[in-house]
Amino acid sequence: MSMFSVTDVMSRPKIPSRQRGAAYWRELDWVLVIASVLTAIFGSMLVWSASRSDMAAENDPQSYLKRHLLNIAIGIALGVLVSKVNYRSLLAYTPIIYGLSVFTLILPFLPGIGASVAGARAWVDLPGGFTLQPSEFAKIAVILMMASVLAEKQDSESEPRDREVLVSIGVAALPLLIILFQNDTGTVLILGSVVLSIIAVSGARTRWVVGLIGGAVVSIMLAVQLGLLKSYQVARLTSFINPHSDTGSTAWNANQARIAIGGGGMTGYGLFEGPQTQGSFVPVNESDFIFTVVGEELGFIGAMVLLILLGVILVRGILIALRADDLYGRLVATGVVAWLTFQMFENVGMSLGIMPITGIPLPFVSAGGTAMMACWVGIGLLENVRLHGRRTLR
Amino acid sequence: MSQRSTLRLMILGVLVLSLLGTLVSRLMYLQLLSGESYRAAAQSNTSREVVSPAVRGLIVDQVGRPLVSNRTSMVVTINRVTLEREADGGKRVIDRLAKALEIPAEQISDRLMTCGEEGAKPPPVCWNGSPYQPIPITSDVKPLTALEIMENRTEFPGVIARLDAIRIYPTPFNVNAAHILGYLGPVTEQQLDEQGKSKAFDRLRRTDVVGRSGLEAYYDTVLRGTPAVTTLEVDTGGRVTGTLDERPAMPGQYLVSTIDARLQSVVEKQLVDAVQRAQEQGYPGDSGAAVVIDVRNGHVLAMASYPTYDPTIWVGGVTKKQFEDLMSSDSLSSNAIQGLYAPGSTFKVVSTAAAGKEGLNLYGEYKCPNRLKLGSQIFRNFESAAYGKITLARALEVSCNTVFYGIADEFWIRGGGPDSTKASPDPIAEVARMFGLGSKTGIDLPGEATGRVSSRLFKGANWEAKKDVWCRNAVKGYPETRKTDPKLADYFTALDKENCADGFRWREGDALNAAIGQGDTAVTPLQLAMVYAAIANGGTVYEPQVVRGIMSPDGKVVEEVKPKVKSKVAVPKATIKFLQNTLPGVTTDGSGETPFEGFPLDQIPVASKTGSAQVTGNKVSTSWFAAYAPADKPRYAIVMMVTQGGTGSRTSGPSVRGIYEAIFGVTGQVVNPADSVFVGGAPRKDLPVVRPDGTPVSPQGKDSGMQVVEAGATG
Repeated sequence: MSMFSVTDVMSRPKIPSRQRGAAYWRELDWVLVIASVLTAIFGSMLVWSASRSDMAAENDPQSYLKRHLLNIAIGIALGVLVSKVNYRSLLAYTPIIYGLSVFTLILPFLPGIGASVAGARAWVDLPGGFTLQPSEFAKIAVILMMASVLAEKQDSESEPRDREVLVSIGVAALPLLIILFQNDTGTVLILGSVVLSIIAVSGARTRWVVGLIGGAVVSIMLAVQLGLLKSYQVARLTSFINPHSDTGSTAWNANQARIAIGGGGMTGYGLFEGPQTQGSFVPVNESDFIFTVVGEELGFIGAMVLLILLGVILVRGILIALRADDLYGRLVATGVVAWLTFQMFENVGMSLGIMPITGIPLPFVSAGGTAMMACWVGIGLLENVRLHGRRTLR
Repeated sequence: MSQRSTLRLMILGVLVLSLLGTLVSRLMYLQLLSGESYRAAAQSNTSREVVSPAVRGLIVDQVGRPLVSNRTSMVVTINRVTLEREADGGKRVIDRLAKALEIPAEQISDRLMTCGEEGAKPPPVCWNGSPYQPIPITSDVKPLTALEIMENRTEFPGVIARLDAIRIYPTPFNVNAAHILGYLGPVTEQQLDEQGKSKAFDRLRRTDVVGRSGLEAYYDTVLRGTPAVTTLEVDTGGRVTGTLDERPAMPGQYLVSTIDARLQSVVEKQLVDAVQRAQEQGYPGDSGAAVVIDVRNGHVLAMASYPTYDPTIWVGGVTKKQFEDLMSSDSLSSNAIQGLYAPGSTFKVVSTAAAGKEGLNLYGEYKCPNRLKLGSQIFRNFESAAYGKITLARALEVSCNTVFYGIADEFWIRGGGPDSTKASPDPIAEVARMFGLGSKTGIDLPGEATGRVSSRLFKGANWEAKKDVWCRNAVKGYPETRKTDPKLADYFTALDKENCADGFRWREGDALNAAIGQGDTAVTPLQLAMVYAAIANGGTVYEPQVVRGIMSPDGKVVEEVKPKVKSKVAVPKATIKFLQNTLPGVTTDGSGETPFEGFPLDQIPVASKTGSAQVTGNKVSTSWFAAYAPADKPRYAIVMMVTQGGTGSRTSGPSVRGIYEAIFGVTGQVVNPADSVFVGGAPRKDLPVVRPDGTPVSPQGKDSGMQVVEAGATG
């Protein structure tokens, strides 16, 4: 019998709804919330600056910014919702969320509704000019599904057995393969790191962890060697090693990004004043290369503020994972932290020229509705884990 | 939850922090340590320069006659980048353009090749600039043709017809002056390298045209002005988003030359006459030079070199054939300042000055046998026979070599003879250096030769430089030459053995040869002219100058170039006086007498000295004639020379006379200053006037030197 039985839920002390609401607000991790909101505001400023020159010819030059702010609002609403969902029912709905997510991952391949951006077939066209990137929600689905599988038959002191580990890997592998077919290399790398982190923190035997790392390295090498990766993928992955090799698209992008950030110096050119940013020399600087905007226009000081805000979010996430009172909660929190960490590192790292160029957004900062909403759902999940822990501790 | 889980979570936490740390340190490296270079990169990324060169300054002669001017010309240019985007690489466009311009298509495709590219013709046929700049194909395109091209833009992608300023040479009095004026050419790779990574707006750019010789080169920055540079801000697509900087063009400044166009044309003609005179005597007479100096300030009033070339040949680029002809003809270099020749007897004035300085009796008598024997060597009197005992003045008049051998021998013995050291005195060489020989005159023209003074010092230095080769050859014994001519090989070997052993030694024979301007001594005709100018003015060696003033295009005087003294000849005044008193005798009773027969020497006394210098390997001597006049009130020093031209008096002398006749307005025995080539009888004291609109005020009518000049006619 599962430890989360119906009777368990029923046996909880009944708290009057008003009082329960007050407890929710009081026990929320406010540091996490404020850091996330500040990051989003900071990001909006950067998106504004980056989109200004591109949107200057439009009827409403601020339309891009307005849509971004709307995305944040929807994201926060989703986050609040997720944080309030009953911890147990989250577990119960996980297979449905997972199934839905896998299904939507196939949508970009369907003619008529699928859309391809920069070689990656990862988008779905929605009515009204909106697009949806199913892989963003797939990250959450994988985190929840893996956590539920690994935590299912666990008493608090034993480790997951090989069978569960194997199942959890299988659960992750399906969406991972579909995303791989979408040519969304960046998301594959991040998801891989999430899978590895969750399995490691689940307490699985060390050989699993070592084996997975080894497997990942070997398969990347094989993919390059056997030509399974398309040439533009290899170019993206290698241009960061030698950015001056050509002025062709990929290395050019990396080089322009570095010129922008390097030129910023200590204090930057000032918001809206960066020559690289305002002259559109850095490509997609409202999402993939948004870090170049803060680097160039607000300089080292501005970039440090942004990195510290992101760092606060991640550290609060780690603390929530540490304090979680059950393995499921800990694994969910771990998954969210790993996802945000690697996505941030990859995104900022590629702007700084130390990571390969892949098309993934900077959490809470980049433009892009689905990604923004997913981030807030992630925050919602972290808060949910925290609130659940507090409640049971009492 | 297991402890393993917690531990691994903590490791993940540490990983998160270290990844953040990695980003921060990289950020510090990029922004704080190397920010400056990236800032510069961003600058060049976002700006583009549009450059239109300034109009180059004019060069006018001493009374304002334009020697070099500008006119506009319709030039057709091709943008290679646009052309290469055509499906057939632009072949059809080139053919179409060739037809329109009525030139062979090959001429266009040759021009489009960047110099150094495979298959490119040598410069100036190939394009010396950036392939991204429009490449000028031909100039002086008919307006109708230009119109046809510009109206059918789709037929001629990348082809543009535009008006350019190009150099013209008004040639008053059919003057050539090619070696003085110089020519323009595309900027060289070396010049671009030398200025480094300059970002100055007036820096040289790959498409710039710069002076490559003569005044055009020496005063290039003055003449060039600064281009109009508009710096535009652009985005990635090259779309202009704003103007960062705008600088108007500053037209180039005007040079006022010391050259008088009319005198220059006389000198050029007289030099050709002298060469012809040599050739009529059956001599090769292969090259020559003539210089006229104002002895009071070092102004070069005329300077000619033979052979010469047509300066207009460079305008709009020369053809391959023209270029090859020019390169093989020696006509590009100026013999007057770049040619080095043994001065021969004209050098005896230096030896005389040394004699005076060393206290020899200038009024005593010296033996003039027809030969002097030194061991096995016999030193002959080349120009003269035996005269018995004569005065030094007479020795100069008749150019008696043996008298000067005697003087040199005296100095050589005083200097320690064969046992001399480096520190031993060498009075003739010392005085020669005081007169400016063996060093550059400092003329404001590029490429001047230094020359040599035969001396103990020179021999020592020369030995140091060449002993290795001499000693090697002395051992090897010229095996190549031996195959065909064993005797010559023996001679060479013996010579090198001797040189290897003691080639540094200042032998008696060396000293004797040096005294009569032979041996290692080599001078440019200009250097020699400065020697005679110094004698004429009492011992001051000026730096010769070709430019006497710089004026702005709106007529203001920017700089009046003052005469510069290069050195003073530190010999007793009486010695110079002796020379001044003696040299007119050369013209009346000496070796310079023949060419000046019938010249009104009573009104205009002429001081002169002839020279017929022996050159190893040449059968015929170099003909020299050096003079200044009026001898009693010295003003104009003239030196003329013709290589392999025979004697000084027969070949060069009559031409020097011709030049003096032109200067002083001499017809027969009559002297009429109004007939002088100089407007007003002498070079102008002040700078000519340039009107505020940039037109120089120059003499009108017959003094303008232009063939058809209608007063008040405007274009």
